[in-house]
Amino acid sequence: MFLRVFTTASALAIITATSAAACEIGARVSIVGNEFPAIQTVGANAQACTGGEVTTNLTADHQKINLPGMQGNPAEYTSAIIANSSIVALMNDDVIRPLDDLVAEFGQDLKPNQLVSIGGQVMAIAFMANAQHLVYRSDILEAAGVEPPKTYEEMLAAAEAIRSQGLLENPVGGAYMAGWNLAQEFNNMFLGFGGQHFKPGTAEPSVNSEAGVKALEMMKALSAYMNPDFLTHDSNATNAEYRAGNVALMNMWGSRAATLVTVDGVPEDVKNGFAIAGPMTVGGGDTPASTLWWDGWTVAKNIPDEEAEATFKAMLNGIDPSILQDPEVPTQAVWLIDGYEPTPAAIGVFEAANAGTIPYPMLPYMGLMHTALGNELADFMQGDETAEQALADVEAAYTAAAKEKGFLQ
Amino acid sequence: MASEAQRPPLSLRLATNGFIVVWLILAAFPFLWTFWGSFKVELDFFSIADWTNALTGTNTRETHGSAFTLAGYEGAWVQEEFWRNVINTFIVCFFVVLTSLTIGTLGGYALSRSGFKYVFWLLIIALIFRAMPPITLVAGYMLPFFEWNIWGILPTTIIVLVAINQPFTLWMLHSFFQNIPKELDESAKVDGCTQFQAFRHVIVPVMWPGVITTGLFSFLLAYNDFAVTSMLLSESNRTMVPEIAAFLGTTYTEGNVMFAVAAVVSATAPLFVLVMFFQRQIVSGLTAGAVKG
Amino acid sequence: MKHRTFFWFFLPTGLAMVLFIAAPIVSVLIQSVFAPHEAVFVTVENCGPFGCVQETTIDQAATQELREAQPLGRFVGLDIYLDRGHLALAEMGEAWRSSDSLGGFFAELRDLPFYGAMAFTLTYTFVCTPLLIALGLVIALAVNTLTQRLKGLVIFFSLLPMIVTPLVGSLILFWMIDSRGVLGTFLAYLAGDPDLSLKASTPLMWISIIIYGIWSSAPFAFVVFYAGLQTLPQDQIEAAQIDGATRWQQVRFVVIPHLMPLVTFVALIQLMDNFRVFEPIVGFNASAHATSLSWIIFNDLGGETRQLSAAAATSVMTIIGVAILLSPVLVRTWRDFRGKT
Repeated sequence: MFLRVFTTASALAIITATSAAACEIGARVSIVGNEFPAIQTVGANAQACTGGEVTTNLTADHQKINLPGMQGNPAEYTSAIIANSSIVALMNDDVIRPLDDLVAEFGQDLKPNQLVSIGGQVMAIAFMANAQHLVYRSDILEAAGVEPPKTYEEMLAAAEAIRSQGLLENPVGGAYMAGWNLAQEFNNMFLGFGGQHFKPGTAEPSVNSEAGVKALEMMKALSAYMNPDFLTHDSNATNAEYRAGNVALMNMWGSRAATLVTVDGVPEDVKNGFAIAGPMTVGGGDTPASTLWWDGWTVAKNIPDEEAEATFKAMLNGIDPSILQDPEVPTQAVWLIDGYEPTPAAIGVFEAANAGTIPYPMLPYMGLMHTALGNELADFMQGDETAEQALADVEAAYTAAAKEKGFLQ
Repeated sequence: MASEAQRPPLSLRLATNGFIVVWLILAAFPFLWTFWGSFKVELDFFSIADWTNALTGTNTRETHGSAFTLAGYEGAWVQEEFWRNVINTFIVCFFVVLTSLTIGTLGGYALSRSGFKYVFWLLIIALIFRAMPPITLVAGYMLPFFEWNIWGILPTTIIVLVAINQPFTLWMLHSFFQNIPKELDESAKVDGCTQFQAFRHVIVPVMWPGVITTGLFSFLLAYNDFAVTSMLLSESNRTMVPEIAAFLGTTYTEGNVMFAVAAVVSATAPLFVLVMFFQRQIVSGLTAGAVKG
Repeated sequence: MKHRTFFWFFLPTGLAMVLFIAAPIVSVLIQSVFAPHEAVFVTVENCGPFGCVQETTIDQAATQELREAQPLGRFVGLDIYLDRGHLALAEMGEAWRSSDSLGGFFAELRDLPFYGAMAFTLTYTFVCTPLLIALGLVIALAVNTLTQRLKGLVIFFSLLPMIVTPLVGSLILFWMIDSRGVLGTFLAYLAGDPDLSLKASTPLMWISIIIYGIWSSAPFAFVVFYAGLQTLPQDQIEAAQIDGATRWQQVRFVVIPHLMPLVTFVALIQLMDNFRVFEPIVGFNASAHATSLSWIIFNDLGGETRQLSAAAATSVMTIIGVAILLSPVLVRTWRDFRGKT
């Protein structure tokens, strides 16, 4: 493995040297997952186990690799690190195994809320959480004489105040890039308005509803305060706008908060004005317009039991509470591990969880809906279609895809 | 090529040179801009606040005390060990060029020298093969490659890149071989050579301009490929382009754009040497005497 | 050349193509007429770090039997080719009946993913290809008049648009044409409109992608033509000069006919590559304004739930599209071929 987090890994070597004695495995372990620092930490600690070879393949393309890599028999990967959105693809094709027996045997120290169970069977062990929430510039809000918004309606008012006082021209930022990002922002807003993506218990879409139209209208209203290129801005571009001091209010991922103003060259006033808060509500609702996410690991189904056991032990070592002793690690994520003390950058995610934010749905067909939303909503945002037309297109696109996958007849 | 009588009139020369200058600016400006920007911090490189920051390096000066910094290069080469990816890329490129030229030259030569109808259909089929979008091909490879346990290693990627590039190589070499007169190898055959000997002793010495040009494209394909290398190589065997893509970050996580920019700039240096070296082969017209269309 | 000799010469390259291209194409064809089995759902209680909810999941035991009986999936014939994500015949008919004018019909058609993608793809292909061939030819002719010493340098810089990885090349240009980037500022100054944004407008985005396409592919045409010029028969040029041909006539009647096979070759390759345009759309984050068939495939394969059958069907349609597009050039090649033998 490449030492992407070079300093972290070398610092960890000292810590894990002491805990490694506890991790003795008897078979090969092969891990596939995303590549962000928190997962690099987990991977490096899993590799501290002795007695069997532990290999990792941590890449941004993990979602395209993990399914084919686990479908063979024996599977190439014995563990995939996934999130609540991506576990569905592995569940749909039945390539991960229930972990109840392994949890009973080795997982006594896991906290109950780390166990992800589907239909009563533990299928994954979660180790970190994430959510989108408000990030703002306290100095600009103060200059404009507005409080940090608690609702999207207040956000609009604050944006208008900032613009009309000539402080910033486009004070609102948002990852509205057509595709996955735009769909995710719609999901947030739609759930905030109390919408449900599907008719209960079925795969029939129900986004073309009052909540859907209201969600789109709110997004359109917000986009008027964004840079006109908003349909090309992903979270990287949105963060770049924030760092350049062009944006005072945005809904951003908690996982990005810790590094937002620590990179080279961020101006002092942006650094000093940086502030975060919990997610906002919308339309007078109580549920925040955001979604909760977890990241966790699974164990492959098509592997011998001894490899499954070794994998479980190695991954358990990867998320051992001792990893938090490295001062870098607690800032890398909002950990669900025992003994984690939230850093100041984590309060957004914690507030999201406490305010009853809805977790991103773990439904077999949610991925298709997300793709359909991402493709069809841009027409509305550009003003080419009405909200109803765009949502009807979403349902039509989703229905075609769901029929192909056998989710709808 | 120009004798004294052939010298173009002044007006034409001025127009030609003017055109070349304009084209060079168009071709090289984005690269030079990137080169200049690679010594800045990200905020200056993208200069969202004010585009002149990219020239003056305002934020770079505030952070590093000077308008230029090697932070991007240091991050890419020292911290991220980019040289590993460079080595992988050159292994892949070397073997892709070697293999695809060897088998492509044989195939292209055969296609240019055989007059049967199936030659035409083979060329057409090769062309249709090339129409297949690489992403679909790659998605199809994944499952068998995992089953056979050959996923993630360099040789697999090399063979796949060679195969995907064969239709192009065949077509290109076929066109070049057609420009080499048939009489050359036919007279050799009359002298008692087998077809392969005729190819080896008569055609090989005169085929280099075409082969080098084709090789250049094979090289660039292997060098720039993203669709195949990003999906078929494991993290530890990555070539440069997927690594650069990884520097850019994803929704979840912060990338480091300046590492990517520094990597792009430093990766272009060996190409400079390469083109400067081979242009002499292309330009000197090794075959100017031997080849007559 | 004898069949036998030909066979041995062609074997290595043929084998590589059959194994790594032909076989996958066959499997893609099969995949495009089969779809995954109908899923049997059960509602279960899912628990995680944030509490428990009732959610639907696939009943694996029930689905397992179906899968074992028909491992390829269920046969759906051409259904996938005809659904809304592809040819969308039903939606097209509906649009025809419901729209009162031809313009309205085309607007509805553009809203369907396949036709929206085709509109951009064809525009891109037919604007880019001739322009980049012309540009490449002019550069090759101009460079050929330079002195030896300058040539190497000029060739190197001319190749830069091709050398810089498309992924990064388009990203760099994407930032340069940002309304606050160096080119964006320059264009806004030229247009006298400080709010000009290339990325917010569909037509301007199309133009940007097309210019990027020409810029990044012209070096390819240039190198091929330039190499071709090196084999230009000097005696024919001299004969033409003796006949008193002007410079333009020499180009028109000697150089271009000599390069014609290469022009055909470049046209074939570029028509095909432009039809499969993909990188600039991703690099420019342009999917709100412009899509292509390759982008649709990428999108089908890139979601949380991969739509393999849909991607397979689009791939087959790409191949058919390329075949139709290339047919005039192919007919020409066929005539040349028959003329020669």
